[in-house]
Amino acid sequence: MRTKIEVNGIRKGFGSNGATLQVVEDVSLTVGDGEFVAIVGPSGCGKTTLMNMIVGFIQPDSGSILIDGAPRAEPKPTGILISQQGSIFPWLTVQQNLMFGLNDHPQADKKGVADHYAAMVGLKGFEGNYPHELSGGMLKRAELARAFAVKPEILYMDEPFSALDALTNLRMRNELLRILAEERHTVMLITHDVEEAIHLADRIMVLSPRPTRIQATFDVGLRHPRKLTSPEVQELRVAILHELGVDRNAG
Amino acid sequence: MKRIRESLPAMAVIAVLLAAWWLIVIETRSVIFPTPWQVVTGTAELIKDGTLWRHIGASLMRVGIGFSLAVLVAVPLGLWLGWVKGAYVTLNPLFQILRPISPIAWIPIAILWFGVGNASPIYLIFISSVFPMIVQTTAGVHTIERRYLRAAQNFGVSRYTLFRQVVIPAVFPQIIVGMRIGLGVAWLVVVAAEMIALRSGLGYLIIDSRNAGNRYDLVIAGMIIIGLIGLLLDGVMRLLESLKSVRWRYAH
Repeated sequence: MRTKIEVNGIRKGFGSNGATLQVVEDVSLTVGDGEFVAIVGPSGCGKTTLMNMIVGFIQPDSGSILIDGAPRAEPKPTGILISQQGSIFPWLTVQQNLMFGLNDHPQADKKGVADHYAAMVGLKGFEGNYPHELSGGMLKRAELARAFAVKPEILYMDEPFSALDALTNLRMRNELLRILAEERHTVMLITHDVEEAIHLADRIMVLSPRPTRIQATFDVGLRHPRKLTSPEVQELRVAILHELGVDRNAG
Repeated sequence: MKRIRESLPAMAVIAVLLAAWWLIVIETRSVIFPTPWQVVTGTAELIKDGTLWRHIGASLMRVGIGFSLAVLVAVPLGLWLGWVKGAYVTLNPLFQILRPISPIAWIPIAILWFGVGNASPIYLIFISSVFPMIVQTTAGVHTIERRYLRAAQNFGVSRYTLFRQVVIPAVFPQIIVGMRIGLGVAWLVVVAAEMIALRSGLGYLIIDSRNAGNRYDLVIAGMIIIGLIGLLLDGVMRLLESLKSVRWRYAH
């Protein structure tokens, strides 16, 4: 597998008045082309900071980030971030949101592409609606559709479904897997939900508490569709929770 | 039906005040202070000879021009100050000093610069409404949530698209708030400005009614009309808040 993302020894600290709080400590990782990698870690461990550096919103203090072998300078539409809070523009309709990143298309084309992806995520009939008229799950669908519409090579997801209720969360995971089966993308998912990581990812990296490092890596190696109640999944879950320092009898 | 029921307490208060006013005028046998009925007949007189419409028209024209000029200056300037940190740091202190100066304090300078024609009140309206709108627009830019700016950055849109589809629509609800404040102040100021030197407008009507024979019925008629038109202007501004593209800001 060709390497898509290569992170070499990045560090990041935030400081004021001379006191620096080291948040990310020497993280190195690689993600293969078309691979789905999940990164799990305790809350407050610096997951989001790590993600923002890889996407390009903030710069590491040291270390390098290569995409397709070339240094990544700034965020690009070839790698779209979907965050927990979401960033669907509330002042644009669903269709206008989906057309937002389509700069190079003629106007009529944009509408066609937007409507195609709206239908793909099950938002057909809601193209003219404003975001405040939609439910949380529908907003996530719109966000996925807006990302897929620009055909990004990499999808960065930072706790994308953790603000949703359990049922909608599960439904969105299945939806994501269905779309990924249709359109191949490299995906990097950050989550604190171990079950979500096992459900979706090919490989799972476990982060240590702050300052964060990569503490362990697990290959999932299970075929989709995965049965979350199967013994293999349970075994993996226990192993990851143990790595996270959670008692194996708890949870 | 619900609306009528909800407005009942307000109507009752107004009715009680009118009754008290009427009673006190009769009891004290005042020769100058009019009864509510005298105000009504005074208003009818003004309507009949057409002067009321002339005064209302003159005041509205001055507010219309002064306020429109203020919007044209304040919105681009506010966006620029909000977006460019250097501009904000350089100009904001100046605006913070100019802003608390009452428009009334500008009257002598307005007369010096613009004489006693229409230009003076228009200038005063401009000065009074431009600052609140600049402040609101700038604050609007400063409070755009970072996730939206990051999303725009992520999708790599042009500067033009960034402003047209993200910055301006994100600030628009704040601009509307600024316009409501600005128009409210403008209406307050036009009446004060017209009391100084002009021969038309509702402010002139009030001062002239008092000077030319103590016509206090017309003074009060003028005051009530000013209040009602002010309410109407704010209602027009509020219509902007029901636009679909700004509902998100007021929906919760």
